[in-house]
Amino acid sequence: MNITPRLKRRYRADRRFKFYGMAAIAFALSFLAFFFIDIIGKAMPAFEQAYIEVPVTYSAAVKDNYNKAIPREYRYLVSKSYLRTLPYELEAHPELLGKTKQRWALASHRVDQYIKGHQGHGLKKKYRSHVTAMYDDGHIEMRFNARFFSHGDSKMAENAGILAAAIGSILVLLITIAVAVPIGVMTAVYLEEFAPDNRFTQAIEVNINNLAAIPSILYGLLGLAIFINVMGVPRSSALAGGLTLALMTLPVIIISTRAALRSVPESIRDAAYGLGASNLQVVMHHVLPLAFPGILTGSIIGLAQAMGETAPLLIVGMMAYIPEAPGSILDATTVLPAQVYTWSSESIRAFEERTAAGILVLLTVLLSLNGFAVWLRSRTQKTW
Amino acid sequence: MTTANVFFWFVAGLLPLSAMAFLFASKKAEKLEVQFGRLQSRPGFFGWYAVIKLASPALLVGLVCSILNMIGWIHVPGEMLLATAFALGAGSLWLGLKQVKHDFRARQPVEKTMQTMLFIAAIISILTTVGIVFSVLFESIRFFNIVPLWDFLTGTTWNPDTAFLIGSGMAEGGAVPEFGSLPIFAGTFMITIIAMMVAVPVGLFSAIYMSEYASDGLRTALKPTLEILAGIPTVVYGFFAAITISPLVVNIAESFGLHADFTNALAPGLIMGIMIIPFISSLSDDVIRAVPQPMRDASLALGMTRSETIRHIVLPAALPGIVAAFLLAMSRAIGETMIVVMAAGLRPNLTANPLEGVTTVTVKIVEALTGDQEFDSAFTLAAFALGLVLLVITLCLNIASSIVVRKFRQRYE
Repeated sequence: MNITPRLKRRYRADRRFKFYGMAAIAFALSFLAFFFIDIIGKAMPAFEQAYIEVPVTYSAAVKDNYNKAIPREYRYLVSKSYLRTLPYELEAHPELLGKTKQRWALASHRVDQYIKGHQGHGLKKKYRSHVTAMYDDGHIEMRFNARFFSHGDSKMAENAGILAAAIGSILVLLITIAVAVPIGVMTAVYLEEFAPDNRFTQAIEVNINNLAAIPSILYGLLGLAIFINVMGVPRSSALAGGLTLALMTLPVIIISTRAALRSVPESIRDAAYGLGASNLQVVMHHVLPLAFPGILTGSIIGLAQAMGETAPLLIVGMMAYIPEAPGSILDATTVLPAQVYTWSSESIRAFEERTAAGILVLLTVLLSLNGFAVWLRSRTQKTW
Repeated sequence: MTTANVFFWFVAGLLPLSAMAFLFASKKAEKLEVQFGRLQSRPGFFGWYAVIKLASPALLVGLVCSILNMIGWIHVPGEMLLATAFALGAGSLWLGLKQVKHDFRARQPVEKTMQTMLFIAAIISILTTVGIVFSVLFESIRFFNIVPLWDFLTGTTWNPDTAFLIGSGMAEGGAVPEFGSLPIFAGTFMITIIAMMVAVPVGLFSAIYMSEYASDGLRTALKPTLEILAGIPTVVYGFFAAITISPLVVNIAESFGLHADFTNALAPGLIMGIMIIPFISSLSDDVIRAVPQPMRDASLALGMTRSETIRHIVLPAALPGIVAAFLLAMSRAIGETMIVVMAAGLRPNLTANPLEGVTTVTVKIVEALTGDQEFDSAFTLAAFALGLVLLVITLCLNIASSIVVRKFRQRYE
């Protein structure tokens, strides 16, 4: 019997199988590349912003109607958010009264989008040649968009920034850390070092594994029903969001802390017991310090996850329009992912690139947090 | 005084007082040690004992008062709360300091308290589950009092708008709100199935390649890279699906002469599939690597090719773990919210065509709870009923996956 053709077929099947594996990896990686190129490509224009040079007349009428400060043909081109500052400027510098100065003003989002050549810029036809001419003469300039980082949300696309959302994110995250990390670590210490092996302990363990797999939106329902409706925490406050996220992150921290505690060898505990240390002393002085890098890594990963989470926060009301950074943890707050969500539902074209830019900032923070955690793990990994 | 202020002053008062109590007691114990020689407990334990003596009555008062306030029985003024708490704390601390003697065993009560605290922390995770179950259950029961359970599960029209009209007193005669959730669940399952159709082949073959073919160096680079996919926030995927993938799907469908909605099921399904690739690939990779090498060696020695070994020996041995990974990924896909909120439709639609807009359970929950609705209307209560079903489904999937792992796992010694 000639087995060569069959053998060939089998080897072909073998090569095909390996190729499927490589194709799957290539698919996932090329998606990742496409995704990042697409997001970065969409976000980059947002870091540039058009400024327009206009003659500003500081007349007495400006105090009541800031629109009177600039000639009629410019009103449509200059951002309202610039004009609004003029009465205050006049108040602070009374010597300007009656003078006319050339000023660089923030251009409206229509001008900005038109110069960037985006579809749907919304600039009226009669202004287009005028704007093009001004751009060619250097009366319109593209500058780095520092406002994006120094301002909060705004209804005027050209003035909208991420500062309020970033501060909100930090506040929410601090509350999450303050609640989730101590409780999570304490739970893990109890389960690993103190808990008797009985049904109740097993129930807690099963329960924690289930909690880790519950969809995040259900934590939002919990936050709404318990924290807001029963405990009276103000809706859309950083406290409500932080507590909700803390409960969501808890299982992640517990599971990774338990893994870290388990990797500390039994001989260390035995040695400490042998020298007369009590239960608590063994844990506090020996096991916890040795497990600390692992606990830190797990906590960072859990918190990065919490920082990118949106769904439960929408349910507890953190999708409001918040132009100012919150003053306390009970004020209405928004967070970066929620800001991305609210911008993405805006219809004005200029918000699309801001959404992408917000995403880019969020991704940079999250990826560096995760990268830091991975680096920490590889650096501190110990083989006993 | 606002609640926030009371809380702030409570913490701001307690922290330095605790530090002082610790210092007093441990210094006193150190002096005793000079006088009497080594004590039964280290001075630190005396310090902690004093802190516990100070803090526990104060915390108790704070807790009781805030619970009373919450229930609304008595409103305790903030100043009174602070004064009582600190007075009680100081009194108890004074008693505690008097107990610091050379023959006092401070360690035992401290350790006992610490263990109790650890136990209480562990209870919180149970309370979270109880909280989730009850918060969904109570509102759901109220909902099912209005809408019968059977109508909810088997009805094919979801038309709650009239509930909203009744709630605002503008209902026109005869219009009855309908809460048939079948089209919503159909939409959820369609998007989940599309996601699984992407994630299962790609995830499984990636896992096979990483564990069986790739070198160690390549694997350690590939695995975290793939896991980036799971680390990207879902709101970002949602934006990407809505802005980039949906128009792409519409254009491609049009080039085939088909009509596709911008809220088609395909775009969120595909992106969700990509999001859950790492759940399948990482978990499967781990279980495939756990299959012992001698089994592979035996198969190869009998003349099997590598792919035959994988298909006939390695995969069957790893199957329970792989199935568990599928189930977990599926529960993740069903509960996923932001991608569908941003890229799928709002209109419940009972259809088998993935190019049409469908809606999902999570979309409806978000829609019902983010509007300016009265909290008691049937419309918002419906969100909790949907949440209850979602909770039951995901819990069943998780339990199924852990049973699969426990029952069918083969042990190789």
